[in-house]
Amino acid sequence: MKPFTYERALTPAAAAGAAAATPGARFIAGGTNLLDLMKLQIETPAHLIDVNGLGLDRIEATDDGGLRIGALVRNTDLAADARVRRDYPVLSRALLAGASAQLRNKATTAGNLLQRTRCPYFYDPAQACNKRAPGSGCAALGGYSRQLAVIGVSEACIATHPSDMAVAMRALDAVVETVQPTGTTRKIAIADFHRLPGDTPHIETALEPGELISAVTLPKPVGGRQVYRKVRDRASYAFALVSVAALVQEDGTGRIALGGVAHKPWRVEAAEAELPRGAKAVTERLLAGAKPTPDNAFKVTLVERTLGAVLADGRN
Amino acid sequence: MARSHDLDINRREVILAGAATAVASSLPGGAEAQPAALPGASGPSHATVSLTVNGVIREIEVDTRTTLLDLLRENLQLTGTKKGCDHGQCGACTVIVDGRRINSCLSLALMHEGQSITTIEGLGTPDQLHPMQAAFVTHDGYQCGYCTPGQICSAVAVLAEVKADIPSHVTDDLTAPIALTEAEIRERMSGNICRCGAYSNIVEAIVEVAGRRA
Repeated sequence: MKPFTYERALTPAAAAGAAAATPGARFIAGGTNLLDLMKLQIETPAHLIDVNGLGLDRIEATDDGGLRIGALVRNTDLAADARVRRDYPVLSRALLAGASAQLRNKATTAGNLLQRTRCPYFYDPAQACNKRAPGSGCAALGGYSRQLAVIGVSEACIATHPSDMAVAMRALDAVVETVQPTGTTRKIAIADFHRLPGDTPHIETALEPGELISAVTLPKPVGGRQVYRKVRDRASYAFALVSVAALVQEDGTGRIALGGVAHKPWRVEAAEAELPRGAKAVTERLLAGAKPTPDNAFKVTLVERTLGAVLADGRN
Repeated sequence: MARSHDLDINRREVILAGAATAVASSLPGGAEAQPAALPGASGPSHATVSLTVNGVIREIEVDTRTTLLDLLRENLQLTGTKKGCDHGQCGACTVIVDGRRINSCLSLALMHEGQSITTIEGLGTPDQLHPMQAAFVTHDGYQCGYCTPGQICSAVAVLAEVKADIPSHVTDDLTAPIALTEAEIRERMSGNICRCGAYSNIVEAIVEVAGRRA
């Protein structure tokens, strides 16, 4: 790791202010992704602002019948929360499908949203990567791309977002709440939070410099049968090749979001109108315009089959 | 002595230099107008952390980069906790912090101010093994033994997590009491890799301790 200075922030606004005022500063909460990248010198912050003491670690009911999840709620605690298990089981399932128990004990809600891609070319400083070194090119194009994105890709980047949690949150229409360096707050719909790579794949979210996530809110529960199905190379502790978060109602309507296929959790609301016609029809709309590589073209078929299995479950 | 005195002076200057940089950059417009300092250009930075390790309160000055794992092994010579991958993939560094297992390689020592750490050395002693340690011996839950301290810390935490009603990926019903099946144990232990492949014996050891508890 490169040397860095370290401070513990006392309030969310002070943390955001310090981040905006200090060149090269980064927030650290769980640290499970940031420290991994710092050891590889992919991340080289000059200053770390420890936000673990900010008290943003509670899950509270909102006035409109939903839940407000503090930014620092650990993945384990969110997955185990009785209200989440009862009313938003797709979120519990997605969290439990990710990482290991040791990592979930430490990883936070906000950190999970902000985790970086596991594209092998991002992780290898000897390779060109527009996300790690803007303008250097993309070695993944024409490289080993089995794990990488099939839709929403650009000539600059075909990385995926690795989160399971965020896929469930996309299906649940979550909202990200933030504090800006000025102390003002704002709300960002999860659909608008993560960006497609375009020609600036190093800019991954809608957050502005110094802006700190304070919470994620979930609207009131919508019920239905909720499924998170993840397909991966091992039975446990591996990133998704493809994952499907689904909320299916008794009348056959529902919501579908995909993981493992794009630079952000992938949802196309218009595709959900095809649900009565089955997985093939939904997948054709969901992945219309897909540009897979020869290595990852299987993902298009895998989405259809995984979704088919999920819908079959949903009709039980 | 003269030499360590010099080091202390250098250290102080480094911290002051770091503080001056922070002040300068917080001036109006500083964040945009100033070229970002080269990461790490100001040299190593140090700070003091106070934490409890296996029941003993420790106050230690560390380089800010020191992980909890390196603090345990290098500063406290508690070498039972092992460094495998150093990237949170193998679980050899698993320790229990305030009752929860974590990968000590992916945490800074400074992030554990006031917290209580339990390592394999704190679970039992050669004369008085923790029941999980004894079960690993009984069931040959290891071959080379390198992953074993992490496996045992994890296994102890698994039983506590089930008792605390924390579900897993293979839990059938999220709203019913959790039954500790072998499938549950295997899933919950998936963050601990054993290159020797002693998994089936590890599961037997955990089943034995879980049964004795129930």
